[in-house]
Amino acid sequence: MALPEPSDLNAAIAATRFGLGARPGEIEATRRDPRGFLKAQIRPEGADQPQGDLGDSARNLTVFQDLRKERKELKAEDAAAELKQVQAQIRDMAIAEMAARGRLAAATPAAFRERWTLFWANHFTVSATKGAVAPIAGAFEREAIRPHVFGRFEDLLLASSQHPAMLLYLDQAASVGPDSPAGRSAAGQRRQAGLNENLAREIMELHTVGVHGGYSQADVTEFARALTGWSISRAQDAARGADTAAPGSFMFRPLAHEPGSRQVLGRTYVQDGQAQGRAVLADLAANPATARHIAQKLAVHFVADDPPPALVARLEHSFISSRGRLDTLAATMIDSPEAWTPAAAKFKTPYEFLVSSWRAAGAAPELDNPRKFVGSMTALGQRPFSAPSPKGWADEAAEWASPDGIVKRMAWAEVAGTTMGTDLDPNESARSALGARLSHESATAIARAETRPEAFTILLMSPEFQRR
Amino acid sequence: MTNPHALTRRSALATAVGLGVSVSFLGRAAYAAADGELARRKLIVIVCRGGLDGLSVSPPVGDPDYAALRGQIAIAPFGAPGGALKLDDTFGLHPALKSVHRLALAGQARIAPAVATPDRARSHFEAQDVLESGGTVAYGAGSGWLNRTLQALAPARRIEALSVGTQAPLILRGKIQAASWSPGGLEGRDERLPRILADLYARDPLLGPALASGLETQNMAHAAAALAKAQAVEMAPPAGDMAQADPMAARTAPNPPGAAEAARSMGATVAKFMTGPNGPQVVAISVDNFDTHANQGAGAGLLATRLSYLDSLLDGLSTGLGPEWRNTVIVASTEFGRTARVNGTGGTDHGTASTALVLGGGLKRGGIIGDWPTLQPARLYEDRDTAPTLDMRALFKGVLAEHMGVERRALDGAIFPDSAMAAAASNIVA
Repeated sequence: MALPEPSDLNAAIAATRFGLGARPGEIEATRRDPRGFLKAQIRPEGADQPQGDLGDSARNLTVFQDLRKERKELKAEDAAAELKQVQAQIRDMAIAEMAARGRLAAATPAAFRERWTLFWANHFTVSATKGAVAPIAGAFEREAIRPHVFGRFEDLLLASSQHPAMLLYLDQAASVGPDSPAGRSAAGQRRQAGLNENLAREIMELHTVGVHGGYSQADVTEFARALTGWSISRAQDAARGADTAAPGSFMFRPLAHEPGSRQVLGRTYVQDGQAQGRAVLADLAANPATARHIAQKLAVHFVADDPPPALVARLEHSFISSRGRLDTLAATMIDSPEAWTPAAAKFKTPYEFLVSSWRAAGAAPELDNPRKFVGSMTALGQRPFSAPSPKGWADEAAEWASPDGIVKRMAWAEVAGTTMGTDLDPNESARSALGARLSHESATAIARAETRPEAFTILLMSPEFQRR
Repeated sequence: MTNPHALTRRSALATAVGLGVSVSFLGRAAYAAADGELARRKLIVIVCRGGLDGLSVSPPVGDPDYAALRGQIAIAPFGAPGGALKLDDTFGLHPALKSVHRLALAGQARIAPAVATPDRARSHFEAQDVLESGGTVAYGAGSGWLNRTLQALAPARRIEALSVGTQAPLILRGKIQAASWSPGGLEGRDERLPRILADLYARDPLLGPALASGLETQNMAHAAAALAKAQAVEMAPPAGDMAQADPMAARTAPNPPGAAEAARSMGATVAKFMTGPNGPQVVAISVDNFDTHANQGAGAGLLATRLSYLDSLLDGLSTGLGPEWRNTVIVASTEFGRTARVNGTGGTDHGTASTALVLGGGLKRGGIIGDWPTLQPARLYEDRDTAPTLDMRALFKGVLAEHMGVERRALDGAIFPDSAMAAAASNIVA
C-alpha cells in the first residue's frame, strides 16, 4: 500500500478521520499536503487548553466542599430556594467546563491535536458519575492529560495516577497500608483502615498492560500496597504544618505507606515511600504488553473497530523503539498507509457527531446555551466527563449505532438544521464538510430537500457524515 | 402476541403519530403468528454493572462467619433496625429490597446466592463480556446469548426484543436486529425526514435496520404513553413527565433526587411496551454503578441507594405488567461478586461469586437456587471471595429451557457454546 498522495480524498480523510470534521475551507486548505497538515499539529507543549474561568483542581475541590457544606446546612434549615441555588452552582461548574471544551473542539484549526487529546482523556477516564469527582473531572483533563499528550507515556501515566480526580475516582486517596503507622494506630484500627486495590487494578488492566498483560491477583495487591500513601492534602494538613501543597492537591502520606519491599510482575521494589509506586509505574509504562495494548486501542480509535494487524504491529513497534514517545507515535499513525483507506469504517460517537456538525456549519450556537448542549449529550448517551465506568466511552459502532441512538441523532439534527442551516448553501456545505467523500446519493438527497434546514439535516444524517 | 388485529391497530397508531407506515415497518415481518402458551412468555434480563455485592443483596446473616468478615458493612440480623428482610434461617434480603421481599414472600422471587460466570480475571470488562456473550472466554464472540436465543427460536416463533438505553448492550447484539429505547430527551417532528433517510440508508447494513427499528419503537412509546393517558393509569406517566424525571440521568448519576421514582416510572413504561400491541417479549436493561470500593454502607448508604433504585425498577416492571406478570421471568445478575471481607476503605474489592435474583409471577416455590458454600475460611475462593457453586450459564439455561421452551441442543451449542458441563438449573419456573 502506498503512502497517501496529495489528493481531494486524502484531504477529506485528514479533516474527518484524523480531525474532528471539516470547517468551511479546511479541506481545500489541506489538499496540498494532507500529511503535513496533520504533522504540523504535533507540538512539544501538548494540547490546546479550553478557555474560561475554569479554576484548577485544588480551587475547585475547595469551592465544591464549601458548597457541599452549605448545602448540608441549608437542607437542615429546610431553605429550599437557597438550596436550589447552591445545587445549581455545583452543576454549573461542571457545565461550564463541558461547554469550554466544546468551544475548543468546534473552533480549533488543529483538530487532529484535539482528537489525539480526547483519545488519551478517554484512555485515562475519570467520571463525574462519582459525585466528588464532578467538580474536577475537567481540571483533570486540563492538568494531567493536555500538557503530556505529545510527551512520554510514562509522564502521562504518572500525571494521571497522581491527580486528585483519579485518586478520588478509583478510591486511592483513603487506601492505607495495614502495617503502616496509620494502619496500626488506634484510629486506624477503629475505622478498620486498610488497602483499597481499585486504582492498582485499573492502572494495570486499563491504563497499561491490559487484562491479558500477565498479572495475577497477587500482583494487584502488591501494587496496591506500593501505592499506599498516594493521597490528597486537606486543609487540616496545612494547618498542622505538614509539608504539602495547597489543599486539594496530590500529597504523599508517609505514615500511610506500607513498609517493606514489594513484588510486582516478578520484580522486586525495595524503594522507600513514594518512589516505590513511581518505580512500578515506570516499569509498567515500559512493559511490552503496554505497547501492544496502546497500539491496539489507537488503531481501533483511528481506523476500524477490527483494525489491520499490520497497523497495530507498526504502532506497537513505534511505541517500543521510541520508549513511549507519544509525538513519535502520532507521526507513525499519520504515516501509516492503512489509516488512509478510502472506506470510512469508524462510526462517530455522539460527541464527535455534534462537534463535526458545528464545524460543518462553522458555528456552534448550541454552546451559547450550555445546559441545552449538556441535555442533548445526555439524551444521546454521552454526557461529557460522565463515562459509565473507568473503561471510558466505547469506541465501536456496535455500541453507538443502536436504534435509539440513530433516532435521537435524527431528532438533534432536525433542530440543528433550523438553528444552523437556515443561512447556509446546503450544497456548498456538503462539499466543504465532506469533500471527495460526499456520495452521489447524499448529494442528490441534499439537493432535493424542500428547505435549507432540511437539506442541512440530511447532510448531518448522511451515511458518510455519520462515519469518518 | 395473539391479537389478530395487532397489525391494523399498530398501523393506525403509526399513522396517528404522523409517520409513514412504509417507513416504520421497513424490512420487518409485522406480525408474529404463534400460538400456545410459550408465545406469551416474556423474559427480562437486568445486567447490574460494576460487580454487585451479593453478600449485601442477600446477606447470609445466619451464616456464623458473616458478621465478622463484613465488619462495619455487615447487614444487621433479622428484626434489628435496618436489618435484613428474612427469607429463611440463613438468608435475608437487603432492607432496601422491599418490593423483592414482598414478591419473595409470595413465592415470586428467589435468590441464587453463589453464582458466577466461567471468568475468573476479576476484570469488570472481561467479566461483563463473558456474562453477556455467553462464552467461556472474553471477547470470543461479537454477539450476545440473548440474541442467539432469538435466532434459535426464530424458526418456531418470531420474538421481538428491546434494550433500554442509548447504547446497545452486547447481550442483545447479533444477527437479529433488536430494538432499543431510552426515555426522554430528543424527539423528532419532521414527517418527511424519516422517509428520506430510510431511502438514503437503503443499502447501509448498519444504519438502515437501526433507523427502521428505532422509528418503530418510538411509535410504540407514543402509543404506550397515549394508552396510559387514556386509561389514566398513574403507573406510566406521559413522555413529558418522564423527561423531567430523567431516568437516564439516574442511570449515570448515582443519587440524584427522585432516582427511585424515575426507575419505577421507567419500569412501568417498559412494562407498557411489553403488554402493548406487538410489544417486545425479551428485554435487556443495564443498571450501573455497583462498583463499591469505598464507603458502601450497610443498611443505609451508597449501595443501599443503588439497591433501592433496582428495587423500584423491579417494582415498576412487575406491577406494570399486570396480568402478564404470571408469564414473565426477570433475571438480575452481575459480572462478579465482591470480596467477602470488608476492605480498608469501608468497601469491597472485586471478587467472584455473587447473588442473582430470579423473579416472576410463575416461579416454582423453593429455596435458594444452587448450593451455599458457606463463608467458612477454608471455603472462601482464594481465601477472599464467595466460592461459586453454580455456573451463571446454568442459571440462564434453566430459565430459557423451562420458561421460554428453548431446546437443550441449542442451549449447549449455539447459545452457550461448549457449556454442556454446566447443566441447566431446574425447578425454577412452574
